Amino acid sequence: MDQPLISLSNIDAGYNGKTALKGVNFEIFKGDFIGVIGPNGGGKTTLLRVILELIKPSKGKIKRYIEKSDIGYLPQVNQFDDKFPITVSDVVLSGMTKGINLKRKRNASAEKRVEETLNRVGVDALKNRPIGELSGGELQRTMLARAIISVPELLVLDEPNTYVDNRFEQELYRILKELNETMAILLVSHDVGTISPYIKTIACINKSLHYHPSNEISIDQLKVYNCPIEMVTHGTVPHRVIGEHKSD
Amino acid sequence: MEIFQLLEYDFFRNAFLAAFLMSITCGIIGTYIVARRMVFISGGITHASFGGVGISYFFGWPPMAGAAVFALIAAITTENLTRKKVIRNDSLIAVMWSLGMAIGIIFIYLTPGYAPNLMSFLFGSIITVTTTDLILMLALTLVVMLFFILFYRIILFVSFDEQFAKTRGIPVMLVNYTLIILVALTIVLSIRVAGIILVLSLLTIPQNAANLFTSNFSRIIIWSVILGFIGAFSGLLVSYYLNIPSGATIIFSLVTIYVLGRAIKAISSQRRILSK
Ligand SMILES: Nc1ncnc2c1ncn2[C@@H]1O[C@H](COP(=O)(O)OP(=O)(O)OP(=O)(O)O)[C@@H](O)[C@H]1O
Ligand SMILES: [Mg+2]
Repeated sequence: MDQPLISLSNIDAGYNGKTALKGVNFEIFKGDFIGVIGPNGGGKTTLLRVILELIKPSKGKIKRYIEKSDIGYLPQVNQFDDKFPITVSDVVLSGMTKGINLKRKRNASAEKRVEETLNRVGVDALKNRPIGELSGGELQRTMLARAIISVPELLVLDEPNTYVDNRFEQELYRILKELNETMAILLVSHDVGTISPYIKTIACINKSLHYHPSNEISIDQLKVYNCPIEMVTHGTVPHRVIGEHKSD
Repeated sequence: MEIFQLLEYDFFRNAFLAAFLMSITCGIIGTYIVARRMVFISGGITHASFGGVGISYFFGWPPMAGAAVFALIAAITTENLTRKKVIRNDSLIAVMWSLGMAIGIIFIYLTPGYAPNLMSFLFGSIITVTTTDLILMLALTLVVMLFFILFYRIILFVSFDEQFAKTRGIPVMLVNYTLIILVALTIVLSIRVAGIILVLSLLTIPQNAANLFTSNFSRIIIWSVILGFIGAFSGLLVSYYLNIPSGATIIFSLVTIYVLGRAIKAISSQRRILSK
């Protein structure tokens, strides 16, 4: 664990002069599985945008030790037009692009990769469907397939559990655990009760970032971190917000 | 008179070729516009170009050149300011839309004498298409076809999810600017066919008809080209025989095609329900 995949030091970032992130120091290492939590508007998406170099920070330094195309990305649901006339397989194929490539014929191996990836997230039957005819959960699976088809070194997911039913949520976490063997994962959620039991560490964002080097965090600690989050817990879990699931 | 005999007339042959070329260009560019929800932007560019027409009348320049300059300025300004979020997109477009028309009207009124082809700019006149127009249309059609054939997937990916495309290293800005320029040029040349007031329908009705039956970007393009051509050609014939401005008859044919499409769709889905 000598060299990180990416490191942010003392980052300020925002929109039109309004700060959304302040003084963020953050490093992601190989093998990490970090849950990013924080309230709505806390700056979770902004952090991902900084990491993906979609916005320039107004202050601070980013050091990336992997290629930009080695980061897989699942955006929050409101980023794209979910009625756009594009098929599931084309969406997933877009995850394999790297810059401008004049080869427009889809070759057999790319086709096969698309199918395998769709199969992995369980929507292979929907391959030729336009995305406008998918359910919310099916769309999220498609977006996950797009994010992982390039087998990235780092996978960043912005609230992938939106619209997803409980069964797929469990499946999603199982897939992510599997993926985590080969790639680092950054998983954003505003809802700590439904965050994956497989995460290893927690980053809490409310403008500033607090890194919590374990996957258990108590409400008291969240208060200390000034990180008020929606408490959607199942049953009565007064203090331990996230705990290890009992081995099954 | 036989249709084939009509084609022996120069003016009719030119009109036929213009309908053919613009069906291809509008089929492709219109699909991009509709898919990306840029119909209002296109309306702004269209009407802004009228300012160029007016100024050209005043100075005695070729009107289409003035229209092209204004359309390009409008297109690039929209793209640029939208990105910087200086002003709300739709408000900006509304300003350009009416400012262009206002400039056009002011200069036309300042021009001494009668503005000869004003009606043809407002309502289109495919019958008076010249060889120069045709050469420009051919050039644009080739450029648009080539661009979409070479970069089809890039265009598709950028249109669908710009942010994601950026993360894959696609030069999104370059793609966006190239496309908005092609949109502006397509609009200007289509004004010959349908006029400023009607041009938007050339870019949207065939696409919406095609979209009734497919939601696949490339198939919408192909069907828009085919339906656009059928509409333009039949409109042209009606215009000739009834002596009505061609822009209006073409739009009327296109709407008829759309309504027929809806009817076919309704009947076939009813059948499907009944057979179950
Ligand atoms: N495109 C934008 N333009 C201007 N301000 C923005 C933009 N996107 C986000 N913001 C602002 O930046 C702050 C952080 O937003 P961000 O999207 O990062 O929050 P988030 O933690 O992802 O919230 P959510 O849980 O709602 O997704 C918010 O105050 C928001 O209003
Ligand atoms: Mg967010």
